[in-house]
Amino acid sequence: MQASSHIPHDVSYLEYKGKHNGLLSWILSTDHKRIGLLYMYSMMTLFLVGVVLGLAMKFELIAPGKTIMDAQDYNAVFTVHGVIMIFMIVVPGLPAVFGNFLLPIMIGAKDVAFPKLNLASWYVYIAGALLVIASLLFGDGSPDTGWTFYAPYSFKTGANMLPAIFGAFVLGFSSILTGLNFIVTIHRMRAPGMGWTKMPLFPWTLYGTAWIQLLATPVVGITLVLVALERIFGIGVFDPALGGDPILYQHLFWIYSHPAVYIMILPAMGAISEVIPTFSQKHVFGYKAIVASTMAIAFVGYFVWGHHMFTSGMSGTAQYTFSILTFLVAIPSAIKVFNWISTMYKGSINVQTPFYWAASFIFVFMIGGLSGLVLGALATDVYVHDTAFVVAHFHFIVFGGVGFAFFAAIHYWFPKMFGRMYDSLWANVGWIIFFIGFLALYSPMFYLGMQGMPRRYYDYLEQFHAANILSTLGSWVMTLGLVIIIINLFRSAKSGPIAGKNPWNGKTLEWTVPSPPPVENFETIPVYHEKDGPYEY
Amino acid sequence: MSQAIHHDEHYDAEGSKIAMWLFIFTELLLFGGLFIIYSVYRYLNQDAFHLAAEELNTTIGAINTVILLVSSMTIAMSTSALQKRQKGTTLLLLGITLFLGLVFLVNKYFEWGVKFEHGIFPGSEHMTENLSQGEILFFGLYFVMTGLHALHIIIGMIIIGVTVAKVSSGKVHADRSALLENSGLYWHLVDLIWIFLFPLFYLIH
Ligand SMILES: [Cu+2]
Repeated sequence: MQASSHIPHDVSYLEYKGKHNGLLSWILSTDHKRIGLLYMYSMMTLFLVGVVLGLAMKFELIAPGKTIMDAQDYNAVFTVHGVIMIFMIVVPGLPAVFGNFLLPIMIGAKDVAFPKLNLASWYVYIAGALLVIASLLFGDGSPDTGWTFYAPYSFKTGANMLPAIFGAFVLGFSSILTGLNFIVTIHRMRAPGMGWTKMPLFPWTLYGTAWIQLLATPVVGITLVLVALERIFGIGVFDPALGGDPILYQHLFWIYSHPAVYIMILPAMGAISEVIPTFSQKHVFGYKAIVASTMAIAFVGYFVWGHHMFTSGMSGTAQYTFSILTFLVAIPSAIKVFNWISTMYKGSINVQTPFYWAASFIFVFMIGGLSGLVLGALATDVYVHDTAFVVAHFHFIVFGGVGFAFFAAIHYWFPKMFGRMYDSLWANVGWIIFFIGFLALYSPMFYLGMQGMPRRYYDYLEQFHAANILSTLGSWVMTLGLVIIIINLFRSAKSGPIAGKNPWNGKTLEWTVPSPPPVENFETIPVYHEKDGPYEY
Repeated sequence: MSQAIHHDEHYDAEGSKIAMWLFIFTELLLFGGLFIIYSVYRYLNQDAFHLAAEELNTTIGAINTVILLVSSMTIAMSTSALQKRQKGTTLLLLGITLFLGLVFLVNKYFEWGVKFEHGIFPGSEHMTENLSQGEILFFGLYFVMTGLHALHIIIGMIIIGVTVAKVSSGKVHADRSALLENSGLYWHLVDLIWIFLFPLFYLIH
């Protein structure tokens, strides 16, 4: 630690260049804050690719029959949309961007436990992303299996699957390394006096998430390797022609991919749990209940994977066991909703952009969660399985949940990250347009699914036309909102008014350091005393 | 690394040991997925697995087990030699560990080679025409699991190689021994996985 004196405390992480200049000062930096922004810019680029693919799908569905692409292209588009959005954006999103940027500051540390490993994780992430993109550009056609790579089609199709499968494996490796880094950081580097019950809630959710990343990702890793080996050598484990069982693939895939839903949603809940107390200017209601429900979700989330396979062929016992467990995992999520609402009760609510996002998060998350119970119940699942209803549920949770929380987080921590304030009016305009577009885009899919429109088809019957037009219009409105939000943030990062240390009167540690934070975050490591806590208003 | 100056001073032996244990969990789960697949298919194809297992050479398997156990011992001894500040002994013991790892791989190479000569490898005509589905699954899993294990042996040897370089250059010493301890942990893991693979493929009949 003696070498700290080399780096002046009054230079922010954005100005300090170290040995290198320009781009190199970013891609060779082991500063957790710069790495967080590296992730943010790479994800934003990939996200825009995913958005364009989503728009293309919605445009195809504006009318029955072929509009702009045929069935095979549509298969490729929804596969690549899914792989990019799931493996590159939503799974790593909040931990890699905000976790990297804020975890060390929020627990009073100068960096994560292994800064070089942290930078290496970003390179692994980029390598995985490039591999997936390579599958589009080279070989015999883009992947067309859907993001789930279901056997046996994933090794029978003539499309260029290997780079996509291997890319997903590599992205999982990046996620494991980040999780490992965060667990050690939280165990070893909390500020003196910050016991487990004084740690802010966002780091707590990162902790739960990191364990899931660590314990679930290897299972999908080996499963993807087996699919690749099946393709190359024909080893037989998932190939019914050689005695293998494709249902076993589904089990192994969902053993990871259901907990992965919690990798996505837990940090989102954590970010919301930071925003709501700050904008209610009130101690968070039921801190311990939120922590306990976080860990309960992480734990129970391991045992519900079978609800993706009710129609795949399972014994009755397995079906209702998985169904009951799925209902159980809804309880801790509901506890959190009650905690957030109770935190607002009798608070002095400061209605700002992050609060709008957080409140609308609760709204869409509840719709997504409750529609999840329709899918978790055996009788109704058989009816709506593989219809647009599933797509609607999934997007309400993953895009409505994680996406809205991401926007809440970026509008909350933006002044800390860039030292400037954004234009609130435009931010609010962007939010309301996005919100309306979102509801118009995905709500009709609930109705369409109930009416029996299957998912993953480029064509549909005339009776589904009206609702599909509404959905496509919604996709345009939502994109307009997105463009406004992004332009506003980019402009403000360059030329917004200077933001102070603590523009929202937050109580967690990141608001005690200058904006943007200096390279080493703290001049002296803060010490927590008996009466201190993260939400003492 | 530009801004690494201040981080390089941060050395937390306890922290890096926790990290290694966490990484070992992920490795166990990686093989755990394969063990699940193995047990499911063994349960469904008991006779075929019995028949196929007799094809494997128990002697070579047993020799390789002894080799790995001894190598686990030598790397453990190298850790205590480093604590006693006996640099030469440490390097010698690490060298022996590396050598034993190599012998294991050579044995494996010949073992696989014999299988290939008999036409036993994934996708071979001999297998699809003459063997039952259960036997095909057995050999499919045999090649995947021992192959993945051999890959871990190679990774372990690379890690030990790096450790040898750092011990001889003096960067790893008695007061800063986390790297050696971690490569020891990793090597024990590789050994442990083999301890499960050996009976599952060679001994249970
Ligand atoms: Cu699920």
